Amino acid sequence: MPEQLVFAMEVSLNGLMTGVMYALVALGFVLIYKASGIFNYAQGVMALFAAMTLVGIQEGRVPFSHLINAIFGTEVHHLPWHSVPALFAILLTVGVMIAFAWLVQKVVFKHLVGQEPIILFMATIGLAYFLEGVADLMWGSEIRTLDVGLPQGINLVIDETTFNWFGYGFFIDNLDIVASVVAAILVAGLVAFAQYTKQGRAMRAVADDHQAALSVGISLNFVWILVWSLAGFVALVAGIMWGSKSGVQFSLSLIALKALPVLMLGGFTSIPGAIVGGLIIGVGEALFEFTIGPMIGGATENWFAYVLALVFLVFRPQGLFGEKIIERV
Amino acid sequence: MTMMHYEPHVTSDGRTIGNTMMEMKNITLRFGGVVAIKDISFDIREGEIRAIIGPNGAGKSSMLNVISGFYKPQEGEVWYLGEKRGPMRPFEVARQGIARTFQNIALFEGMTVLDNIMTGRLNHMSASFLDQAIWWGKAEREEVANREKAEEIIDFLEIQAIRKTPVGRLPYGLKKRVELARALVAEPSLLLLDEPMAGMNVEEKEDMSRFILDVNDEFGTTIALIEHDMGVVMDLSDRVVVMDYGKKIGDGTPDEVRNNQEVIDAYLGVAHD
Repeated sequence: MPEQLVFAMEVSLNGLMTGVMYALVALGFVLIYKASGIFNYAQGVMALFAAMTLVGIQEGRVPFSHLINAIFGTEVHHLPWHSVPALFAILLTVGVMIAFAWLVQKVVFKHLVGQEPIILFMATIGLAYFLEGVADLMWGSEIRTLDVGLPQGINLVIDETTFNWFGYGFFIDNLDIVASVVAAILVAGLVAFAQYTKQGRAMRAVADDHQAALSVGISLNFVWILVWSLAGFVALVAGIMWGSKSGVQFSLSLIALKALPVLMLGGFTSIPGAIVGGLIIGVGEALFEFTIGPMIGGATENWFAYVLALVFLVFRPQGLFGEKIIERV
Repeated sequence: MTMMHYEPHVTSDGRTIGNTMMEMKNITLRFGGVVAIKDISFDIREGEIRAIIGPNGAGKSSMLNVISGFYKPQEGEVWYLGEKRGPMRPFEVARQGIARTFQNIALFEGMTVLDNIMTGRLNHMSASFLDQAIWWGKAEREEVANREKAEEIIDFLEIQAIRKTPVGRLPYGLKKRVELARALVAEPSLLLLDEPMAGMNVEEKEDMSRFILDVNDEFGTTIALIEHDMGVVMDLSDRVVVMDYGKKIGDGTPDEVRNNQEVIDAYLGVAHD
């Protein structure tokens, strides 16, 4: 097999893995958008916040320690323990994200029911910056390493197998494989939840028609808190994966920007769309960089996704899987 | 008033009209300076078909929205099953056993007919989240029972052929019927119908009338409905409230209402002074 083709295969595989990571972030957007029509600009910051909280709990840091020390002149930084078991820390973080969801609904969106989408969008921008500030104040702005015990480094099985086949071993990171498996489980879980549970059905009903949902006894408030909690949970999963990969730092919130082209491709209202969109962008940008990149000076990953999304906007504005908006007259 | 001598009894066609189920006492509803409902009182009795009629803009829909909790009246009291109702949100009213349909149809357009109808059973699902997650015990039994009830209503309303069709693709008349099915499957004690026959042709109106009578007869469901087609209402209902400009101008059996001078004036458009 020609060498170039083998390289291209490795690049595509790695692109797929990156795509899964994009899809994880995009999923959170889709959940909230479907159920409440809110485009949640804060999704990326939520992932950052979740990851920071997780690290903070794991390392036994005192939240808001700088603030506390500044006000009371104390010197508290750490709780008596120094390493909390990962699973326990994750559960606590889920609790924090649910509390956050409840608070967001109670303080912000409850008062904005029935407002224009653009106003809701603006509110989420405000929320994003507010949450970023809170995250900073709560846990500090240092870059931290997140380790919840996920396997990392080259997968030797794939390396060996591909070496035997092509005479060239592929470099696939174990973490990326774990991320793919987790993403698959997450999506299957979300779909099953939406289809088969009472709460999931209520969620779909609210996504479809508020008035009708009320008339069959569904509390909109409950469903919205539920949806924000789910989005918080998805943000946590994305935060764990990205945090393990590249450290927990404020630039994590920027990965949310990559979710935008993913959503334009896949459609804002489709969970499978978020996955497929993520994969296409992941593979697309990797292959583009590999083939065209060297000719035009490289660094095409920075813009390729957005150009692809623009092309989609022109020819298929609802995305691959999105609902086409038909106005009946 | 004519309603004073209206006691529990058995109708000529063998249905039982029982005690007061719902009572509206001196309801006043304003939107800013506009008075939509002005000091209206009436009751709904168990087992009856109660109609609220009136010309366009009379405040009929507002009244239905007060009953179902979508609007909150500034003055007056709502009594349901012998208890005064506190401030309640629409979903809480629905959970009390009051189901409704809407004048301009509120269905889940993206779901199939069956899924739409199944949402009407949401309040009959009480299995814990964990049971639902692993599809075990109570969750399974409930789902089977809910599905059976849904199929029963589907048969009853003769919509078997479209059960898997997405609602968005259905013609208007069938949508109305699916909406009725979703309300019925909740096994409500009180069913509210907001202009169930609006926009229908004669044949569809006849079908719908038959279904309404059958629901009342077979399930014993108490029904309150709004219509402005006088003819249909008079044939269907046991008692009629007539509204005009937010006020009640008549209340009684169809015959009594038909001969009420004020009602005749309102419908023929005699000038108000």
